[in-house]
Amino acid sequence: MTLPDDAAPTLDKEEEIRARRDRINRVAKWTLPSLVMALSLLAWHLYVTLKGVPHYVLPGPVPVGKSIIEDWALLWPAMLTTSRLTILALFLAVTGGAALAVAFTQSRWAEMSFFPYAVILQVTPVVAIAPLLQIYVDSAFVAALLCAWIVAFFPILSNTTTGLKSADHNLHDLFTIYGATRWQRLRYLAAPSALPYFLGGLRIAGGLALIGAVVAEFVIGRAGTGLGLASTLLEASYRFNFGRLYAALILISILGIGIFAITSLISHLMLRKWHESALNREV
Amino acid sequence: MTARHGRKPLLTMSRIEKTFRGETVALKDLNLTVNGGDFLSLLGPSGCGKSTALRLIAGLIHPTSGRLEWSGERGVGDLGIVFQEPTLMPWLTVAQNVWLPYRLRGRSFAEAQRDIESALELVGLSEFSDAHPRELSGGMKMRVSIARAMVTRPRLILLDEPFAALDEITRFKLNNDLLEMKAALGCTVIFVTHSVFESVFLSDRVIVMAARPGRVISELGIDTPYPRHADFRTSNEYAAHTRDVSNALGEAMEAVA
Repeated sequence: MTLPDDAAPTLDKEEEIRARRDRINRVAKWTLPSLVMALSLLAWHLYVTLKGVPHYVLPGPVPVGKSIIEDWALLWPAMLTTSRLTILALFLAVTGGAALAVAFTQSRWAEMSFFPYAVILQVTPVVAIAPLLQIYVDSAFVAALLCAWIVAFFPILSNTTTGLKSADHNLHDLFTIYGATRWQRLRYLAAPSALPYFLGGLRIAGGLALIGAVVAEFVIGRAGTGLGLASTLLEASYRFNFGRLYAALILISILGIGIFAITSLISHLMLRKWHESALNREV
Repeated sequence: MTARHGRKPLLTMSRIEKTFRGETVALKDLNLTVNGGDFLSLLGPSGCGKSTALRLIAGLIHPTSGRLEWSGERGVGDLGIVFQEPTLMPWLTVAQNVWLPYRLRGRSFAEAQRDIESALELVGLSEFSDAHPRELSGGMKMRVSIARAMVTRPRLILLDEPFAALDEITRFKLNNDLLEMKAALGCTVIFVTHSVFESVFLSDRVIVMAARPGRVISELGIDTPYPRHADFRTSNEYAAHTRDVSNALGEAMEAVA
């Protein structure tokens, strides 16, 4: 059916419902989690005040909020320290993991020789390795960095290796027919094919780098690493300063959310033009 | 067969045999001469070695025994190939996909632009050069794939069941267009297909193959001159050729060695 040129396109009932649903969804996406958050804080506050829970068992949201403000001079540098450790570990995991993945796909021998050890490194709990790192590595910062790196690099390595191998076999044949060099094959075919996998790995690795950094701070402690959020949290627990403990915990969560948001944004920006995972479907 | 008179051999395959893993005989005693300007169809049931023959010609695999010779020097851009799937790179635009054969030879987009534009014009997709593959229909993607195979103006284009996954209306349209494109480029085409109708409409030679082991059973000439238009499909001549090719295919299906 065609419409006359000057007629405005009419929305049928189904389309109207869909448009309304889309509008509601757009608003609900932000308001619903905010509402849940507000209700949880209220419930927390009411529980603590009405039941008279002592602050060393569970401080209410108000003292925790106060602590974030009052201890800001202490918490902010701690947050920067943990962020620095996490970001540096993630950066090294990305470069190391991606480089190793390229090496693995370029040489079967390299993959056969080293992949099992990458798995061993991954499956051994980092909490068990951290004390050893503290013994063998002189610098506590390097030890903490290694600790966070070990946890973060495997998803990058594993995903990127899978991605580099996932290029369409017909495209590989096409590259052979046109006499492509190894470098051209990697740059124009394998690397773009691996991008969605790599970015998926990056999102996982971002969270893991933070976990690694926190574990490292717990185990290796403040010596050399500076006072990070996890060390602040541990110290606050020794001093029964539960307001500060929760404040540090909340900031760690915020840091995690921030890392996830940034890595998701990077992923979205890089894939939005072509990859299924980043496309908005009409229906 | 008069249409083929005066054509020079482009490619000669003699006594080709291909065995995989030392046990599966994919092709046995294949003798085939492809002449410059031929539109040759390889027709046969699954497993008859059509695709293997195509991959041998493309240089993707090598014969276990026998000889495959090109007349004259074979350059990188002398061969174009279209697969059953469009096989486009989803992260590139249509024009960038068509650029690939030149890009791999170190030619910049600007240097190749004129050829890319004329290839897209040939397949009727000039307006879509900046689109990404996901924005195109199945038939349009296949056209991009054909444009990519034709952009270097190769001497030989190989098509491996390119329209098998398309609906009939799109397939008919692409069949017509393919003949026009071939005429415009003056190239040689080897077309692998399962379809008797498609092979008769498009080609001047139909090679019927049988399976287990893959071998040539018969060769039929379709001497209807080009250009062939849609009305050829409803002609008595077409019906007669279709019957002959169907009979040959029937023999091929029965001829299991």
